[in-house]
Amino acid sequence: MSGNRFNAFQDHGVGIGLRIPHYEHIFSRKPVVDWFEIISENYMCDAGRPLATLDRILEQYRVVQHGVSMYFGSVTAPDPEHLKRLKNLVRRTKTPWLSDHLCWGSVDGAYTHDLLPLPYTWEAVERTVERVRMVQDYLEIPVAVENVSSYAAFTGSEMTEWEFLTEVVERADCGILFDVNNVYVSAMNHEFNPLDYVNAVPADRVAQIHIAGHSKYEKYILDTHDHPVIDPVWQLYARAIERCGPTPTLLEWDDHIPSFDEVHAEAKKAQRFLQPHATELVRAAK
Amino acid sequence: MSAHANVSTTPPTNRSLMDLAALQREMAAAVMQPLTPDENMRPTMPDGRSTTAVAASFIAPNTRLTAFERLEIYNRQYWYRVLGALAEDFPALRAVVGNSKFDALSIAYLAEHPSRSFTLRNLGSKLPAWVAAHPEHTGRRHRLAVDMAKLEWAFVEAFDAAELAPLTQRKIAALQGDSLLTLQPYLQLVALHYPADDLVIELHRREKRQTSEAGVAHEEVSGAQTAVPRLRPRPIWLAVHRVDLSVYYRRIVREEFQTLEAIRSGSALGEALDAGFIGSRIPESKRADRVREWFGDWAEFGWICAG
Ligand SMILES: [Fe+2]
Repeated sequence: MSGNRFNAFQDHGVGIGLRIPHYEHIFSRKPVVDWFEIISENYMCDAGRPLATLDRILEQYRVVQHGVSMYFGSVTAPDPEHLKRLKNLVRRTKTPWLSDHLCWGSVDGAYTHDLLPLPYTWEAVERTVERVRMVQDYLEIPVAVENVSSYAAFTGSEMTEWEFLTEVVERADCGILFDVNNVYVSAMNHEFNPLDYVNAVPADRVAQIHIAGHSKYEKYILDTHDHPVIDPVWQLYARAIERCGPTPTLLEWDDHIPSFDEVHAEAKKAQRFLQPHATELVRAAK
Repeated sequence: MSAHANVSTTPPTNRSLMDLAALQREMAAAVMQPLTPDENMRPTMPDGRSTTAVAASFIAPNTRLTAFERLEIYNRQYWYRVLGALAEDFPALRAVVGNSKFDALSIAYLAEHPSRSFTLRNLGSKLPAWVAAHPEHTGRRHRLAVDMAKLEWAFVEAFDAAELAPLTQRKIAALQGDSLLTLQPYLQLVALHYPADDLVIELHRREKRQTSEAGVAHEEVSGAQTAVPRLRPRPIWLAVHRVDLSVYYRRIVREEFQTLEAIRSGSALGEALDAGFIGSRIPESKRADRVREWFGDWAEFGWICAG
């Protein structure tokens, strides 16, 4: 597997999200896992069990940090305390790159703890680029921004989501955490063709890929990370790998979490697209 | 599925002139406004404007959902998330006041104190004081509810707060009346109206909250109402602390509690001991022995650190 400068040229294979219900299994069985993704915020405390356990994981596994509250698109500046804690954690985990979302979620110091969509405007491009650059300079490791699932679009938008993503990552000179499930969810909610998105994303900047399951409602799809990956999402993944080459891939499963083995088996399905003979399989999946 | 993006069909003349800061303030205000009792978005904004008009001013509809309905998804998601987080951290308070009263209490609290932190861990930081000041939200068992809120917040702090290097036995032996000390940050001092510590342990056990490997593993918050036994009021002084990464509740006497509180608020050791024995019925002749015992415990648990 070949890396790029946005994932520090790492050959990470297929990982899964580290989740509390799986700790016991991981410590007692020591399963072979290419890598774990952690939610940074869960370990940005001062001491105690979360950090002690993380240290045990770090002894045996490669860990990549993924954040949920940097809010690159928020107009209010990030809390300096947040940045300081994040940097301390980066030193602890030695994460080769770090990701957070292309969204906003707090304003004037009040936090929604949600990943709220941005209007795709030039003003938002500028604001977001400034923030990504600032965080990347401060942390001194490559930063990747992740496309989110969204349920609302804005009347003020001046471009498509993929155009917006491209403008941001090119101007900020950062990587992309490309979430193909989010592409699918947003395509359904906003009535565009998800392949247009996958075909437009700057492939040389994709540091990592997320795959996940979701919930379908009558009138919209929610990104709930509580199901296996559906076939149309595997097809988008296949196309993404075809364009980006083998890329560190991670399965997200956050709710109704099944056994470790079940989650790991679901993640490992990605390997068939990453193997040397993958091209044929990619064709088969179409 | 159509191959075009919705955004490209919006004529430029319809575009909102709202800047990013204004959009985020407007959207956050709508998203964080409490839902109606039927869990829908409210028809009016806090300032009296129509939510339908506000939503339409910056959100585009699609073929299935209006601007109002699209914004409502975020409004609901916000409340489900923060209410869920609070219910996870305060299961015993929820059991004491009852599930529906707890929801109303949480909504009122969060409307007044929305999260000011990047982490949901701190969501309940102001809840103990808020519950104490709002008996109308707790019902008949107000003082027990206050106890629960205090204890469960102390649990959150004791679980992952900082740990300093404690004083060694030798340094403790050399302490003087004017020595300034710092308490271990994870040590929480909680005065209760009821022996609520046993009840919290029991309720957390029933909620299957286990401080197993690496975290507090929360089961899904259940909708079932948990029965709470009657308790007789009786003052309890509690040190909530951490041993081998697990949280424990240790009952201490009032004098020890007062001494620790005085140390925490910055008093030198001599003054802290004087404050500790205010109103004490422990005879003067026995006090030195008691203090020696406390220091033995503090050394064992690593509660005191250099000032
Ligand atoms: Fe994702």
